[in-house]
Amino acid sequence: MSTVNRETPRPAAGRAGIKKELPDHFKDYRHVWVFIELERGQVHSVSFELLGEGRKLADKLEVQLAGVVLGPPGEAIGNAIAEAFVYGADLVYIVEAPLLADYRNEPFTKAMTDLVATHKPEILLLGATTLGRDLAGSVATTLQTGLTADCTELDVDTDGSLAATRPTFGGSLLCTIYTLNYRPQMATVRPRVMPMPQRADKPVGRVIQHKLSITEDEIVTKVLGFLPDSQSATANLAYADVVVAGGLGLGAAENLQLVKNLARALGAEYGCSRPMVQKGWVSADRQIGQTGKTIRPKLYIAAGISGAIQHRVGVEGADLIVAINADPNAPIFDFAHLGIVTDAIRFLPALTEAFTRRLSPHNRDKLAS
Amino acid sequence: MHIVICIKQVPDSAQIRVHPVTNTIMRQGVPTIINPYDLFALEEALRLRDAYGGEVTVLTMGPPMAEDALRKALGYGADRAVLLTDRYFAGSDTLATSFALSQAIAKVGKTFGTPDIVFTGKQTIDGDTAQVGPGIAKRLDLLQLTYVAKIASIDLDAREIKVERRSEGGTQMLKSRLPCLITMLEGTNEIRRGSLEDALCAARSNVLKWSAADAGIEDLTRCGLRGSPTVVKRVFAPAARAEKAVQIDTAEKALRDIADELIAAIFTRQPALEHELAFNSGA
Repeated sequence: MSTVNRETPRPAAGRAGIKKELPDHFKDYRHVWVFIELERGQVHSVSFELLGEGRKLADKLEVQLAGVVLGPPGEAIGNAIAEAFVYGADLVYIVEAPLLADYRNEPFTKAMTDLVATHKPEILLLGATTLGRDLAGSVATTLQTGLTADCTELDVDTDGSLAATRPTFGGSLLCTIYTLNYRPQMATVRPRVMPMPQRADKPVGRVIQHKLSITEDEIVTKVLGFLPDSQSATANLAYADVVVAGGLGLGAAENLQLVKNLARALGAEYGCSRPMVQKGWVSADRQIGQTGKTIRPKLYIAAGISGAIQHRVGVEGADLIVAINADPNAPIFDFAHLGIVTDAIRFLPALTEAFTRRLSPHNRDKLAS
Repeated sequence: MHIVICIKQVPDSAQIRVHPVTNTIMRQGVPTIINPYDLFALEEALRLRDAYGGEVTVLTMGPPMAEDALRKALGYGADRAVLLTDRYFAGSDTLATSFALSQAIAKVGKTFGTPDIVFTGKQTIDGDTAQVGPGIAKRLDLLQLTYVAKIASIDLDAREIKVERRSEGGTQMLKSRLPCLITMLEGTNEIRRGSLEDALCAARSNVLKWSAADAGIEDLTRCGLRGSPTVVKRVFAPAARAEKAVQIDTAEKALRDIADELIAAIFTRQPALEHELAFNSGA
C-alpha cells in the first residue's frame, strides 16, 4: 500500500463507492499461498510463522494452504518441503532449478509470477525480509495487484476479502487495507510478528512441480560472491528470551550503558527505540519496533521508552512487558504488564544489582536443589 | 551519465501527534522534510555525477508544497528538479505511484536523455513499504538492485555495474548492467553540505512542474485512487489492553526494595524464568 498522496485517510463511508464486483477472470482464484524463503540452504523462520497465519486464513476460507519453494536441486529443497508440511501446508509448489541457487530478482520474479498465473491463489503471503520485499514489489507490479507491506494482523472479512492491518503514519496509527478487485491479494509480514505454529506429527501433502521458464543466458545480473555476516549478537535480538531496551528517557547516549549492564546481568540482548537510532546514539540493527526488529521474548524490560505505536507493534508479542518510565501518562503503561513510574537512570543500576543478588550462585544452588 | 533520483517529501514523523479524542493526525505545525532514506540515494547520485560527469535530475510526486523538498535537493547540488503534481494522483497507492513516477521518468528520459541509473531510498518513513522502487524498475524494465550498500564500480563503456547488496545474513556481490534502478541502504554515506553556489542556484532555478498530461500520462484510470488496487478501509488507534500495567508502588521506598519487589512480581508471573536466568545469565 501507501502513500505518496494518500496523506488524508478517509473514513470507510467515504470510500464505500469504490467497491465493485470482483471481475469474472479473478473468480477462480482460490487458496492461500505462503512463499517459503529458502536462501543458501536455510529456510527463514518467518516462512513458518506465515504458514501458521496462512493456516488460519485458509481454514476460515475453507480452502487449502500451499507453500511455494523456489530453489536449486538438492537436499535443502527437500527439507524445505518437509518443513512446510510440518508447519501446516496442505500442498507445496516447487520450482527446482540450479539458477535459483542464489537469490536474484529476475528468475525468482519469473518463477513466482508464472506459478501464480498457472495456479491462481487468492492470497499470497511473503516475509518482509530483504529478499521478500525485493521479490514482493516486483511480483505485485508484474501482476498489477495490491500489496500491503509489514502487516501486523491478517484476517478474513465476512465477504472473504483479506483484511490486512499495518501501522501507518510512521507508526502512529493502524490502518486496515483491502485489495478488493484484484488477485492475488498480497501481503508481507515481518519476522517474529506472528508466533511460530505448532509442528504437526506425521504430515503428508502433495508436491506440485513447475518448470522454470527462464535460462541463465536471459538473466543479466550475476552473483559474484557472498560475504556472510560475522555471527554478531544483533542477529539474536529478534530471538532472545530476555530483552532490555532503552529510549529517550535515558537522556544521554552514555546512559545506554545502564541498559547494557542489566542485559549482561540477565544474559539478555539489548535494544533501543527509534529516536535513539535517529539521534545516532545506537546503531540501527538494535532498533526495536515496526521499522526495526520485532521481538517475542519471555521478558521485555523497557527503560525510558514512551511506547509509541511503532514501538508497541514490535514488542507486543512478549510474554511479559515491564515498563520503567518517569511519566505516569506514557502510553507504554497502556500495554505493559508491570510498570514502575520512576527515573530509569536512577532505577536501572538498582535493578541490575537486585537481579545479580537474586541470581547469584548462592541462590542458584537453592534453586537447583 | 544521467541519473534520476526519486525523493519524497514526508512529515517529520518524530513530530507527528495523534489527537487523543478523534484519533486523527494533527498535522498543524508538523514540519516536512526530505524522506531521510532518500538522502543516502541523493548523495550517492551526486558522488557518481562528480566522478563520471553528467547530470542529476531529482523527481518527486506530491502536492505543490513538495517543491520545497526539490529546492532542498537542488541546494545539495542536483542539476534539475521535476515536480509531478496533479489532483489525479491523489490517493495513489504504491502501484499507482510507481506507474506515475515511471511515466515521468520516461518523459525525463525523452526530454533530457535516457537515465543510466534511477535511484530511490530504501523506503519512506511514512509509508515504510519499500515497494515503489521495485515497482518503477519493473515498469521501466530496469535491472533491480535493492538494498545496495556500496557501488563498487561502474564501467560506462561496457554498461556494467558492480554493487554490494545487503541480503539476509550477509552481503551479495552482484554484477549487473545499466540502466538499472538502485535503492540505497541507509548509513552508506552522509549527505554533503551544499555549496554556496548550489544554494544560490537552488533559489534561482526553475522547478519544472508537470501535470499528468505533461508527463505523457494518457490513461488516468491508472493514477490516484482509481489506479490503486488497495483500499484503506479503516484508520484507527490500537485499543489499550483491557487492564493497564500493574504499578509497583514506589512511594517512600528505597530503590533496592522497589527493585526486589519488581523482580518478585516478574518471577510470580513467569515462574520458569528464574531458573532459566539463574543458569544462563552472567550473574
